[in-house]
This record gives sequence, structure tokens and C-alpha cells, in this order.
Amino acid sequence: MSAVVDEHDHHADDHHDHGPAKGLLRWITTTNHKDIGTLYLLFALTMFFVGGAMAMVIRAELFEPGLQFVDPAFFNSMTTMHALVMVFGAVMPAFVGLANWQIPLMIGAADMALPRMNNMSFWMLVAGVLLLASTLFMEGGAPNGGWTLYPPLVLQPITVGKALPFAIFSVHLLGISSIMGAINIIATIFNMRAPSMKMMDMPLFVWTWLITAFLLIAVMPVFAGAVTMLLTDKFFHTSFFNAAGGGDPVLYEHIFWFFGHPEVYIMILPTFGVASTIIPVFARKPLFGYASMVWATASIAFLSFIVWAHHMFTVGMPIAGELYFMYATMIIAVPTGVKVFNWTATMWKGAMTFETPMLFSIAFVVLFTMGGFTGLMMSIAPSDFQYHDTYFIVAHFHYTLVPASVFILMAAGYFWLPKWTGHMYNEKIGQLHFWLSVISVNILFFPQHFLGLAGMPRRIPDYAVQFADWNMISSIGGFIFGASQLLFLYIVIDTIRGGTGEKVTDEVWEDASKHGLEWTLPSPVPYHTWTTPPTSVPTEHVLDLH
Amino acid sequence: MSTNTAYYIPHKATWPVIGTVGLMTMLAGFANYLNGSSIGPTLMVIGLLVFIAMLIGWFTLQAKESESGMYNHEVGISYRHGMMWFIFSEIVFFAVFFGTLWYTRNLSVPWLGEGATKELLWPAFETAWPTNGPGKVGGDFEPMGAWGLPFLNTLILLTSGVTCTWAHHGLLAKNRDQLIKGLIATVALGFLFVVFQAIEYHEAYTDMGLTLGSGVYGSTFFMLTGFHGFHVCVGAIILSVVLFRSTQGHFKPENHFAFEAAAWYWHFVDVVWLGLFIFVYLM
Repeated sequence: MSAVVDEHDHHADDHHDHGPAKGLLRWITTTNHKDIGTLYLLFALTMFFVGGAMAMVIRAELFEPGLQFVDPAFFNSMTTMHALVMVFGAVMPAFVGLANWQIPLMIGAADMALPRMNNMSFWMLVAGVLLLASTLFMEGGAPNGGWTLYPPLVLQPITVGKALPFAIFSVHLLGISSIMGAINIIATIFNMRAPSMKMMDMPLFVWTWLITAFLLIAVMPVFAGAVTMLLTDKFFHTSFFNAAGGGDPVLYEHIFWFFGHPEVYIMILPTFGVASTIIPVFARKPLFGYASMVWATASIAFLSFIVWAHHMFTVGMPIAGELYFMYATMIIAVPTGVKVFNWTATMWKGAMTFETPMLFSIAFVVLFTMGGFTGLMMSIAPSDFQYHDTYFIVAHFHYTLVPASVFILMAAGYFWLPKWTGHMYNEKIGQLHFWLSVISVNILFFPQHFLGLAGMPRRIPDYAVQFADWNMISSIGGFIFGASQLLFLYIVIDTIRGGTGEKVTDEVWEDASKHGLEWTLPSPVPYHTWTTPPTSVPTEHVLDLH
Repeated sequence: MSTNTAYYIPHKATWPVIGTVGLMTMLAGFANYLNGSSIGPTLMVIGLLVFIAMLIGWFTLQAKESESGMYNHEVGISYRHGMMWFIFSEIVFFAVFFGTLWYTRNLSVPWLGEGATKELLWPAFETAWPTNGPGKVGGDFEPMGAWGLPFLNTLILLTSGVTCTWAHHGLLAKNRDQLIKGLIATVALGFLFVVFQAIEYHEAYTDMGLTLGSGVYGSTFFMLTGFHGFHVCVGAIILSVVLFRSTQGHFKPENHFAFEAAAWYWHFVDVVWLGLFIFVYLM
């Protein structure tokens, strides 16, 4: 693509480089990828604290056996809403925010391909979360049948109160938002790349997002279809999930997890992309195995579509189904292992320094691998009968989400905030945030493995006395982890307002311009960038190909 | 070709947020209605009106911009990506319901009629299709045959696909008359399809005892054909807009994305119907 024009150019050629509009309307009507990225990131950060507050309620109630603070229905609302808010309100939007900021900068594009739709994706997200959050204030409370919304439980009057239709329409809006965002990302990557950038020159973050976008378009309509059938079963007398009418509640589980398994990779593939971007910069080496990283990502995405029923080993499937889903799931360990190997090999004999983004990235590699290993344990169908619906699964997926996705989101914040704002964050507080987080997250989630193996079920407000000690330790870890995140909030605000006062260079990090186009732009990044595309792209990150 | 060589990036979009507010109001109203709240229908109507206003305003803006030559070749490619992946997401949405039909017929209904389920729960239930399940949910009904209105509707949609392509050829050959006539035929056939489907539904409800509540057969039948019928309506409305724009002299052989998008959508709706005719009506 060639130079870019804005709509005023037709009237006055001298009025070319105009900045953002003033006031609140700037944010409501903006079509600028940086503004929209900022909106997504701030919204996600807010939701991170909202979902986090719900987690604190859960850990407070579980601090001791017995019922202390909340009644069981509200406790179940908290587990349900914590999951929905964190998945759809925090982690996914945060990665879309990073995509909005970074993809155009990294591929030399002036903006996203479809800027008006970009604005709509963001506001649809807000609308969806508003509908969901409104249920907290309704008669009967927020949905409390678990974020998976399994029938027949979720269709019982006592479980849903008035919340169900709001939750369902919220899913529809969030789905529309995600699909529009994903379409925009695909169109941008295919159509807006600098002419000199070939597909296999693209930074890994761009590659992983391209593949994630395909996953989003392929599975969000599946979730929409599933909840639509819940809606008609509840309100319009259909029998999709009603055995008396010839339907089957297990069908819902199949459809849900056909969405749900790719969904968990939607949250982890961009994580891989950010890690693959940060680690080479601080190891001062090109990424090891660029092509294998791309193929591993694509393989994981493909496999995500054919393993869904490993979430349902205990539901009563034919033995052939159990075996197939067991073996298919285990295969995922191969491309994932390739990735972990490549990150490690990138660091091998590198001239490493340990700034906060790198610390979070290294913690990600180690702790995500642990989450992966527990996943492998549960992929063994006969063993899974022991782990199913216990705290073991809770520990497993929190290891893949918190010290993986969330840690990498933190790393991305520390890594790119100086570029975006032109200010350096406070490294000392950053490192304090890291060490508090990495220690407390393990105190929080590691004991949950023991609880699960000992048989403590998930989603209960009270438990047998034998589980008391580890629950208390887990809760203490949770409170420290929750409080530590306030440091991140402080750092973000402080950095935006000027940080250490130190003026950052265009590269920000030593030799970063070898690793990505965004580091060749001025710091802070101007409101409009790449109005003429770059003529050459850094090839450091693909050095092993050349 | 457009007059611009540069990629057009719009600023200050107001329609997206208006559309979002409209859609959210409509859905909040629908949810309130389902919960039995009296404010529901009012909210729904207000939301719908705002949403329609957004559609009119936004598409008018796009049409003006397109006709004034603000979109270069690359913008057109972005729009084509957008439409293509939107249709892909719609295909996936329909696949969920086709998958539901497959699972129900081949797995869940047979399972209800065999083994312990049959012996202990419903000894009288014989596996068959169509069925409203062992509980005979919704009472006796007559299944919908394939060779009456549904077959006629198949012919109608296939013909409309041909007239749509004929209109496209007219557009490419700068034959405005053929373009307009082709589009009129396509739109008319589209709405005729909807009318026949309404008659079919009316017969089902009044004469055949077949309703959305007729067990899993009624559920899958009305959900699949209903969502399809809705898409036919949307497609016919889109084509009507394209027809109106054609009468206003819009579109050139090298710049007519709106026509192409409408035609893609129409063919997608057409293909889904063929799937429905085979898997819902014939088999």
C-alpha cells in the first residue's frame, strides 16, 4: 500500500498531520489504532481488578472451612463471574489491545484495515460486559451455574433467577466484538503489510495473532449457537438439551468445548507471540527456530479443534472416544515442547539481562511448562477420573492463565509502555512487583494441586476439615498476589504521567531495532505512524532462515 | 478505478457507537421481555429503531465515500476480506445447528432407545426419525415433507442465484438495464421464498401440529429453517439496497464492492438452503 490520506485532505492539503480530537468524544469516536488499543488495555486492566476482587471473595470464603462471609449462591456467582470477567473482559481484550497497538507498528501499516469497525468492536465489548455486570444487581443475582453454563443446571429457576437471558445476550455481543476484531486483524495482516515484509518476515506476535484470529472467527459463532439453544430451551419450548424430547444435555458440552478448547488457545497463542518477541531482545540473540515457532503455533491451533472432549472424560463417552481424545490431546505436547525448547535455546549463551519484562517472560516459560505438565497428566483419561472437577484442574488452568497469560501481559506492559508513552517505568518497583507476584502466585496455586489430588471438589464454598491447611496457605498467597497487582496499577499510572523522568531512546531496549519495526519509530510513538511504509524490515528475528 | 492512490483512513466515527447502543438496548429489552418485565418490548423497539438508523446512516456514508472515489484498490481488498470472513463466521454458526441435527439423529436419539436407558427409563420408546422424544414433547405432529413448498422454494432460490449472476454480468458489461432487471428478479424471488416459507410455517402450526416445541424434530427443523429464513430476509434487504443504488447510477465495472458482497451473501444463503433441503427435508 502507498501513502495514506485522511478525510480532510480532500479539502485542504496543508492540513495534513492533525493530532487527536479533544475531550471525551475523542475516545468515543476514535478510529485510531493506538487510541483503540489504549481503550482495550485500560478496559482490560479495569476488568482484571473487577475479576480479581471476585477472586478475593472466593479466597476469603475458602480461608477456613465453614461458611463465613457470603452465602453459597453468591459464592457460586463469584466463581462464575470471575471466570467470565477474566476470560472475556480481561485476558482476551488485553491481547486485542496489544494487537491494536502493535500489529500496525510491527508490519509498517498506517492503521488497522477497517478503522470504523475497530471502534465498533471495542464498544460492543463494553456493551457485552455491561449486560453481564448488570446481572450482579438483579433479583436472584448473577449467573451461578459455572462459566460453562451447562444445562440442565443453568436452566433451573433457582440457578439463574433473571440473569440467564442477560448472560446469553452478553455472550452474543462479546462474540460479535471478537469476530469483528479478528476480521480486522486478518485483513490488516494480509492487506496492510509493508511491501517488503513477506509472511515469513513477520514478527512472531503478528503470526500468533493471525492464527488466533482464525480461531476466534471459527469458534465464537459456535458459542453463540450453543447459548442460543440454551435460550430457546429455556424460553421457547425447544428440546435440544432435553432427553424427554429426544435431545441430550451432553450435546451442549460437546458444542461448548468445541468452542472452549480453541478458546483457551485464543488466550495462550498471543502469549506465546509476546514471549517470542521479548526473550530475544533481552537475550540479545535472534529467536531460535523462527519457522518452527510458526509451524508449532499453527499445529497447536489445528489440534485445538480435535481434542475438545478431553474436558468431558467422565461424562460417559464410548471407550473409543475416550482413547481418541486422550491420544489426540497428548500430541499437543509436541508442538508446545518445540516452543519451550526454542525459548530456552534462544536464551542459551545469550548476553542476558534481567529487566522486568524479561523476568516475567522467564517466569512464564517455567510456570507455563508446569501448567502444561499437569495438562498432560489430565489428558490420561483413566487418571482424569481422579482429577476431574477437583482443585487439580483449577490449579492446572490457573497455571496456564495467571503465571502464563497474565504474566506475559504484565511483561508486555513493561516492554512496550516506554515505547508508547516515551517514559521509563520505575525498574525497582517493577522488579518488586515481579518478585511478589512470582512467589505469591505459587503460594496461591501450587497447594491447589495437593487439594485436588486429595479430592477437594471445585466450585464449593465449604469443605471438609482435612483441606483446611492448604486452603489457608492458598488464600494467603491469593491475598498477597492480589495486593501486589496494585503495584502494577501504580506503575502504569506513574509511567504514563512521566515515570522516572528519564527520556527513553527510540530503541528503548539495547539493539531492539534489530528485532522489530516498532523500535525504529520515535518514542513516544506519534499519533500517526507509517503514513509511508518502511522500505526495509529488520530480519534479525528470522536470522536462522537467511 | 478510484481517483485516490492512498489508503483511506476515516476519522471520528459516530455510527459504530450509536449502533452498539441500539443493539445493546434491543438485547436488554429482549432479556427484560423474557423475564416478564413490561418495559421489555418498548426497549426492544427503541433499540431496533436506533440500530436501523445506524444501518441507514453508516451505509449511506459508505456509499457516498465509495462513489466519490475515496476508496482505492487496497481499501476494496480490505472490505472483501471483511465480507469473506464474516460469511465464514456465518457458515460456522449454521454448522452448529447442522451438527446438532447430526448428533441428535445419529447419537442421542439412538442412545435413548437402547441399553439401560430403554430398559429402565423409557421401555416403550422406539428409535425413529422424526421424533419428539420418549416424552412425546409437544404432542403428536406430522413431519414436513420435501416435495411441496420446500421443493418449490429450492427452485426459487436456485433461480435467484442465476438472476443475481445475470445482473452481475450486466454490471460488468455496463448494461444498466440488465443489472436492474436482474436485481429486481433476484429480490422478488427472495421475498417470494420468504412468503412461501411463511405459508409453510402456518400450515405446520395450524394443520400438522408441528411447532418449535415438537421435541427435538421441531426444535432442529424450526431453528435451522428459521435462521435460514432470517438470513434470506437480510440478504433480500441488502439486495434491495443494491438495487436502489443501481437505479441511482452507482457502481462501475471496476468498483462495485457492495454488489459483490451482496451477491456472495446471497450465494451463501443459497448453499445453506441446499444443505437444509437435503438434511432437513429429504433425509
